[in-house]
Amino acid sequence: MAKEKILIIIPAYNEEANIRNVILSLKKQDADFTCLVVNDGSKDNTQKEAESTGLATVIQLPSNLGIGGAVQTGFKYALYNNYDYAIQFDGDGQHLPSEIPKILEPLYKQECDSCIGSRFVVKTDGFQSTFMRRVGIRFFEFLNNLLIKQKITDSTSGFRAYNKQAIAFLAAHYPTDYPEPETIILLGKNNFTIKEVSVEMQERQGGHSSISGLKSAHYMIKVSLAILMTAQRAQLRR
Amino acid sequence: MQESLDFLIQNRIQVFSIIGSATLIVFILKLIKRKKLKEEYSLLWLGCGITFFLVSLFKPLLELVAQTLGIIYAPAALLLVLIIGAFFILIQFSVVISKLSESNKNLTQEIGILKAEIKNLEQKSKEQS
Repeated sequence: MAKEKILIIIPAYNEEANIRNVILSLKKQDADFTCLVVNDGSKDNTQKEAESTGLATVIQLPSNLGIGGAVQTGFKYALYNNYDYAIQFDGDGQHLPSEIPKILEPLYKQECDSCIGSRFVVKTDGFQSTFMRRVGIRFFEFLNNLLIKQKITDSTSGFRAYNKQAIAFLAAHYPTDYPEPETIILLGKNNFTIKEVSVEMQERQGGHSSISGLKSAHYMIKVSLAILMTAQRAQLRR
Repeated sequence: MQESLDFLIQNRIQVFSIIGSATLIVFILKLIKRKKLKEEYSLLWLGCGITFFLVSLFKPLLELVAQTLGIIYAPAALLLVLIIGAFFILIQFSVVISKLSESNKNLTQEIGILKAEIKNLEQKSKEQS
């Protein structure tokens, strides 16, 4: 059997400060995988910084689609190039490459279709996020339990691994903005199994978080609406 | 002559709305003819224009509508018809915009992937030669 192909999808918007280190730290891992940076129409030097490493394939989107559109580009790339697994990995240095094997393992063992690296399964020493964000995350946990009967504690984590079936599905259906909590419902609703494993995360090393201040109210309302609507829709497969 | 002039003066709002809706219908048809407006998106406009034209033309029809809805001043029902029509058209706009942004997103993604693919192929052919 041929070796399994693994794609690391790194969405990046104005991440010139971090992207280089993220790629270098990923490539320090022994695991054999392809790094795909999806430059989501950045206005800074993200493109050059990523290309200069010579270690990553860089896709440059002509305009800014938002994180969901960028990650979905990665799924499409994975689908077209026949990858077996895809890992979503943030371009801001929040996720640790050393934790990748942890979220891949349940997929290797075929325990689930998708695995989320979570900060909350057991208390870890690393970065735990702000108070308000944790309140929001609790609320999504409640919704997840209610709507798809799967207990997911860290809905907003963008550190995830997917198998081939999930890749093909998400290449066709993926939410555009604030996709993380919605994707859980989307996958659950369509009979994909989701597992959570505990991982450590770091605080951002530079740049700005995509969600802050008034935006968080918009975030909560938009995501809650999207989640409820996704749960109402007919199944798309199986 | 005097009679019809009196009628016009007494029913100014009716005259205005007849002229207005007729102008709208003609304007929309002209836009379609000049291909500035797609037939698909003109249907709601034409529907609204024709409805408005009919209720303006036949006063009893408007009075019936007003009475059914409990509106005392009949021309106010005219406004209601107008607002409902405008609402539907605006909702249609939102639907069309959503559709456009979805296809726009798909195009953007495919272009990004294709560009990376081209770069990849160029590099390979350079290495070979």
